[in-house]
Amino acid sequence: MLEIKDLSFKVDTETGEKKILDKIDLAVPDNKLVVVTGPNGGGKSTLAKLIAGILTPTSGKILFDGQDITEKTVTERANSGIAFAFQQPVRFKGIQVIDLIRLATGKKLSAADACEYLSAVGLCARNYIDREVDASLSGGELKRIEIASVIARSGKLSIFDEPEAGIDLWSFQHLIKVFRKMRSNIKDSSILIISHQERILEIADEIIVLKDGNIAAHGPKDEILPTLMGTPAMISACRSGDEGGYQC
Amino acid sequence: MLELDQLQLQMLKEVADLHGTPEGAYNIRSDSRSLGRRSTANIDIVPKTDVSGLDITIKPFTKNESLHIPVIVTKSGLKETVYNDFHVGEGAKVLIVAGCGIDNCGNQDSQHDGIHRFFVGKNASVKYVEKHYGSGSGSGKRILNPVTEVYMEEGSSMEMEMVQIKGVDDTERTTLAELKADAKLVVRERLMTHENQRAVSVYDVKLNGTHSSADVVSRSVAKDRSFQKFDAKIEGNAECSGHTECDSIIMDEGKILAVPGLAANDVDAMLVHEAAIGKIAGEQIIKLMTLGLTEQQAEEQIINGFLR
Repeated sequence: MLEIKDLSFKVDTETGEKKILDKIDLAVPDNKLVVVTGPNGGGKSTLAKLIAGILTPTSGKILFDGQDITEKTVTERANSGIAFAFQQPVRFKGIQVIDLIRLATGKKLSAADACEYLSAVGLCARNYIDREVDASLSGGELKRIEIASVIARSGKLSIFDEPEAGIDLWSFQHLIKVFRKMRSNIKDSSILIISHQERILEIADEIIVLKDGNIAAHGPKDEILPTLMGTPAMISACRSGDEGGYQC
Repeated sequence: MLELDQLQLQMLKEVADLHGTPEGAYNIRSDSRSLGRRSTANIDIVPKTDVSGLDITIKPFTKNESLHIPVIVTKSGLKETVYNDFHVGEGAKVLIVAGCGIDNCGNQDSQHDGIHRFFVGKNASVKYVEKHYGSGSGSGKRILNPVTEVYMEEGSSMEMEMVQIKGVDDTERTTLAELKADAKLVVRERLMTHENQRAVSVYDVKLNGTHSSADVVSRSVAKDRSFQKFDAKIEGNAECSGHTECDSIIMDEGKILAVPGLAANDVDAMLVHEAAIGKIAGEQIIKLMTLGLTEQQAEEQIINGFLR
């Protein structure tokens, strides 16, 4: 379980100090898929990076399974079970897809075992396993490999920062299936997804709305989603799109 | 069967991936003398009489044979220049492995300068692998100054893999090539320098024949206070295509100078140069840290991949 207490993050700008997150309190319980949504610039990605340790908070605490991890490094948090999928996956010259999957699992996996993680994100594994994680991969391919690397971590808390960003429609549809499957295998772990996408909000157990650095709403999906979408008719329209590929 | 001591075996493994006597033709040189030599029906190795070195003749249409000519220097203070000429017959297809390792435990500089000339026959195909390696705890420097000249006949191809990962204090590598019509040269250089090492790599490639091509790519890492210079010149004297690329990572107080040189002397010459030098991107380290690696392990992983 992740607990965030009184968490603030400020940056210095030319016009003075700017609050990106202002005294946030929230919890992500075990066995839940929580989606953080809200307008651009609301502090969503900052929150994800603070949890992973990529950014350091100005004040407040982050607790993971009861342990205070506020001062822990990215590596220590990763080894305690926090996995993080970047919004813009990083490219590496010379590092192959299989290397990345092996590093993620921390094991000397066979190619066949590594392929399973790629198949899980809809990539034809044998075409990718020896490819370099470099500019030769498309944005969609790279994103799916990024997600495969997080699945391979088998983290206690898996964080996905805007998984839908920069991918094509086909990849996005597959992504929903991947998250549904992760949700069904969630046992004793939790998933935190930063997203604008209604179809991702739909598979959430809980939704948090982050606006101007504050939590504007937090509750069960069925309670929060209608308020976001405006009218029940809109929700119904979006749901019907689930089968037909229609996106809100 | 050759009698090799532990150090010789170790050096052969580092420079030529050998675990004893190689298959096919070979000459193993250690501290200025030949430890063993074998010619085959198609590959003839004859010592030169005027200078130190070998005349190697590969018969036309020799297929899928290999030649190993590793050099080991273990005596501190030894300095030698060796002249090897390779005559590759028409239509032959061969692998040539020519590494050099210096182990210097003394306080005098050890130096091996290999002057290699390749005469690649019409439609012949050569894969050439050259690894440099240095070891030993002495204060004497380990110096390697190879000169490689490549003369390529029509339709021939040569792929050169040049690797120097650690231990060589000072190196000046010069590679000169002249290509006739439809000849193709591919060079892949991988280099890592550390401490106060210095490495200069100079290429001068002349694309003289129609549809000749050259692709010279260097990937390098300069650590500590080391210095590297990559000076690659391609001259297009006909309808041809040439590409040079220097892709480098600098760390600590390392310095790298990339000097592009393209000379287009024919309106149909197409020449490209690319160079990128910079430190390891912070986001690459962070990504690997999110997979549980420490910062240092992440750096090592990134460099190992880059120089693979």
